[in-house]
Amino acid sequence: MNARQHLLAAAESRVLIFDGAFGTQIQERKLSEADYAGDLGLPADQKGNNDILALTRPDVITDITRAYLDAGSDVVSTNTFSANRISQADYKAEGLVREINVASGQIARALADEYAARDGKPRFVAGAIGPTNKTLSLSPDVEDPGFREITFDELVAVYKEQAAALVEGGVDFILIETVFDTLNAKAGIMAVKQLERELGREVPVMISMTLTDLSGRNLSGHTVEAFWYAVRHAKPVTIGLNCSFGAEQLRPHVKVLSQIADTLLLIYPNAGLPNELGQYDEEPETTAGLVKDWADHGQVNILGGCCGSSPAHIAAIAAAVANSAPRKVPSPEPAMKLAGLEAFVAA
Amino acid sequence: MTQPSSSARFINIGERTNVTGSAAFKKLIMAGDYAAAVEVARQQVENGAQVIDVNMDEGLLDAVHAMTTFLKLIAAEPDIARVPVMIDSSKFEVIEAGLKCVSGKPIVNSISMKEGEEAFLHHARKCMDYGAAVVVMAFDETGQADTKQRKVEICKRAYDLLVNEGFPPEDIIFDPNIFAVATGIEEHNNYGVDFIEAVKELRELCPHAHYSGGLSNLSFSFRGNEPVRRAMHSVFLYHAIPAGLDMAIVNAGQLDVYDQIDPALREACEDVILNRDPDATERLITLAESFKGKDAKAEKEAEEWRGWAVTKRLEHALVKGIDAHIVEDTEEARQSANRPIEVIEGPLMDGMNVVGDLFGSGKMFLPQVVKSARVMKKAVAHLIPFIEAEKDLLPEEERKAKGRIIMATVKGDVHDIGKNIVGVVLQCNGYEVIDLGVMVPWPTILAAANDNKADMIGLSGLITPSLDEMVTVAEEMQRAGMTMPLLIGGATTSKVHTALKIDPAYDGPVIHVLDASRAVGVASKLLSDTQRDDYVAEVADEYTHVRDARSGKSASVLLPLEEARANFYDAFLSDKPAPPEQPGVHVFPDWDLAHLRAFIDWTPFFRAWELHGNYPAILTDEVVGETATQLFADANAMLDQIIAEKWLTARGVAGLWPCARDGDDVTIHLAETEEHVRLPFLRQQVKKSRDRANMCLADFIDPAGDWIGGFAVGIHGIEPHSARFLADKDDYSDILLKALADRFAEAFAEALHQHVRTTLWGYAPSEQLTNAALIKEEYRGIRPAPGYPACPDHSLKPILFDLLDAPKNAGLTLTESFAMWPTAAVSGFYFGHPESQYFGVARVGRDQVEDYAARRGVSVEQAERWLRPNLD
Repeated sequence: MNARQHLLAAAESRVLIFDGAFGTQIQERKLSEADYAGDLGLPADQKGNNDILALTRPDVITDITRAYLDAGSDVVSTNTFSANRISQADYKAEGLVREINVASGQIARALADEYAARDGKPRFVAGAIGPTNKTLSLSPDVEDPGFREITFDELVAVYKEQAAALVEGGVDFILIETVFDTLNAKAGIMAVKQLERELGREVPVMISMTLTDLSGRNLSGHTVEAFWYAVRHAKPVTIGLNCSFGAEQLRPHVKVLSQIADTLLLIYPNAGLPNELGQYDEEPETTAGLVKDWADHGQVNILGGCCGSSPAHIAAIAAAVANSAPRKVPSPEPAMKLAGLEAFVAA
Repeated sequence: MTQPSSSARFINIGERTNVTGSAAFKKLIMAGDYAAAVEVARQQVENGAQVIDVNMDEGLLDAVHAMTTFLKLIAAEPDIARVPVMIDSSKFEVIEAGLKCVSGKPIVNSISMKEGEEAFLHHARKCMDYGAAVVVMAFDETGQADTKQRKVEICKRAYDLLVNEGFPPEDIIFDPNIFAVATGIEEHNNYGVDFIEAVKELRELCPHAHYSGGLSNLSFSFRGNEPVRRAMHSVFLYHAIPAGLDMAIVNAGQLDVYDQIDPALREACEDVILNRDPDATERLITLAESFKGKDAKAEKEAEEWRGWAVTKRLEHALVKGIDAHIVEDTEEARQSANRPIEVIEGPLMDGMNVVGDLFGSGKMFLPQVVKSARVMKKAVAHLIPFIEAEKDLLPEEERKAKGRIIMATVKGDVHDIGKNIVGVVLQCNGYEVIDLGVMVPWPTILAAANDNKADMIGLSGLITPSLDEMVTVAEEMQRAGMTMPLLIGGATTSKVHTALKIDPAYDGPVIHVLDASRAVGVASKLLSDTQRDDYVAEVADEYTHVRDARSGKSASVLLPLEEARANFYDAFLSDKPAPPEQPGVHVFPDWDLAHLRAFIDWTPFFRAWELHGNYPAILTDEVVGETATQLFADANAMLDQIIAEKWLTARGVAGLWPCARDGDDVTIHLAETEEHVRLPFLRQQVKKSRDRANMCLADFIDPAGDWIGGFAVGIHGIEPHSARFLADKDDYSDILLKALADRFAEAFAEALHQHVRTTLWGYAPSEQLTNAALIKEEYRGIRPAPGYPACPDHSLKPILFDLLDAPKNAGLTLTESFAMWPTAAVSGFYFGHPESQYFGVARVGRDQVEDYAARRGVSVEQAERWLRPNLD
């Protein structure tokens, strides 16, 4: 069995557990510039460049990943949300994209294998790819709506470089996450397709959309349903929602996606909405209670946390859904399902 | 107004953003005026294009640049970008450049095997990588397919190649080439037939694929003669759509309503397109000459009231619903008024107040009010340009309507007669109604309410799943922190459901509106500073009372499922009907409407207009008799026209299959495919008094072998007429037509059932019943419909539709909530046992839900959703 089949098999009997946030966990450790920069000798300050810790403080990343595995994660992600050429350029670290991703992949792989060997339960590694801070669908210039900061092909190259390094580091899946621009995700899919042809094997993807308004659209304006139709050609092993708001606000959109997506559903919301100080203060039990509701309604296959979530949140979620039945993947009738910003189904 | 927003059977692809199809668009692009070009796209979408075709193939243009520039610009316009794009080019580099700019899932138009299989598959793989559906031209290495055989051969070859490559078959759209006919070249004469026949055959050979074509080629030889071109296009679609054509690149303005084409021209076009006669081309060319500017008929002569003062004439026109002179009278009033708004506030509102008073006091009835509204709308439409022109000069209060109401039929439901009636009544009474149409998802409703600063929202629905959707809307309104009142209406809604399920989901006022006549009273109370609070509190109390009564009242006792099963209805099985004379599936593509007319049950027709009483007594009723008689006359006049001009087509299918009872299921045996189809039915569980059985439809079937039937009938062709009425602001005719179409569907079900009893099944060959006896169901056997009390689960419809192949055999489809489309449709099962009878399943227990879920192979949660109305 390959990784896709293993995950599907594991997801048949129970709701699986994803991991939680890295960013807030790293912040808590109050690392110094020296911790971040290490002896790489880069010509810019590195404080805040969380992804580079895989090279300079691998022990920190190892600790956090281990804490999530201890909390019950079946799937852990790499700490590589910004480990792409565009984001790393802000730290003049674009030359280290391959190294960061390979190292991050290796850390997660080694830990996943260690835990799996310990109890015989499979663990999976998702290589995380963030959206970058560029958008293919929107113009940053209000005067010129046709302007774009980056081209599709450029973004494909950026994603492909990162995906190839993550695969080299040993990840099972490429997780295209926090998709605020659907066209960026399509570029990510294209990058993985190209990589698959070069490697001569399947690299399964996970795709996760983020909503920017309560009516259920992302920044590029797609509804959840339209988004699914726009990325379904990737045959993702999971589709889902992350970040956005807290679980409370995601509820109606999880329900919609659960009904239409013929693949596993992965949801990892923020730990509530940030308070006026920008901190997430939703208690683990609160988050767990909210996501348990989806599990009890058979609406999810994998649950985790995004911004503000901690190992305690993941442990609470794992405990809450331990006895919940997983969602049954529906098999809709074939129909031509097109999408503009909204879905259009030709019956 | 009646087109589902998110799915469709025949897809109109807008063609005006195509430089090869629109000279105006080409001019804008050539001049680099992209801002104006974007407006063309916006108009297309506003006018109902469901997909927009973008083509920049022009020799003097950098097509890659033009394509990407335009696509990026429309991506920034949510009104346009909401619909999918068709990226249209003969050059794949242009297509690929376009694919890199489109964020949803577009259609590529087109790829072909012109340059061989390798290039074809290379292009197809690209489309898969970008995530696009694809139009495949019937074109191979040797050229474009012209004959039917070539079209079929090439498309089938392409289909096999694509599917083998992993291309999803449902994302393949074939364009088997529409070529010009009537060119004078004999070999071209059969091109229309070749296309239609090829599509028909391909539909069998290539499961899930779609068929499209560019229409304008067809009539190429009649350039400059628009009436003839329009007629040819319409005639072609009329024949190609039933064959399987499911989308076309077409300018909706270049189509005629089939039934309204001059009969001589229509026949000549038909002869040409169907190649029925070697002289057809010659005849059409000759006839075409006479169609370059036909027009107009004589006016009616002035009647006595025409001599009255203008304000009096306006009032008369409104009260009587006469629209013949309304524009000229309104204009006359405008010229003598200081400002155009005064015409509305003065004579028109005075007239409508008279109407409102008469309606309120029960002296006018709904059909008349709807007619008045039509006249009012026409008058207002005439004044609007003048009002707009001086709008800035007006103080705010004078522009304000009494209140603004968002109305919508909820997602999954396509029924809108009731909603339209309520909308009209509210408009007549000075409310501004923003009608979002049918199949409206909750985010659209909430956004419209907020964007328009609405005073309230009105939701409508006919089928039971809509009740759930209304709860969802209420929950989301609550979640969004809204406070505006929510009005609930529609046939399946009730005060009890509203009180029990909707009201608790939303903290704002929730009001169930029993019928259209109450809508104005409710709206005015909700908007009144002095009455609102009392009224809201009063309704809230009432609903609390309903809830308390419910929870206090010990619900009727349910038997455990096993006990209910043991108390089944023990029919005398040896009385079961003999096997059918003609088993299998029977298709009726065009049942005679004149024949159906005699089967119409008029009582529900009057009820749809809120005129209560039984036909024919209602015609002489002291109170509503006169209105009913007038409505009946209008209905019959329209029926005459519907039948004479064949506006509508009654398509139906019936099937009779061997079966056996298996517990509460009936298993159908399909001999041809050696398949067994399971029909799970529900059993009454409410504890009965001693001698009454806990019935289930399966009880009427012999476990040792028996027969069961199914049917689906629908009335097609309403849309163009409905659109014409609405364009003419004639809601009265629109509602009348829809109500008649519903009656035809019911009549068809009745007529077909009779045909089944006397002929197809033939267990009552000598049955002789009057229509009144039919209406009283004095025949042997029943035809319960999914969604009705004996068989309350709507989700049996997909099974029934599959058995009958209803989409193909009767042109009927289902929405996600199992509403039938077109809406004038009836489907159900036939039971022939003499003891078979209607009953209500009523409340069922948790044990039956779980059992039913297992029998249906779905989750318990899914089964609960389906059976919600039968649960606590």
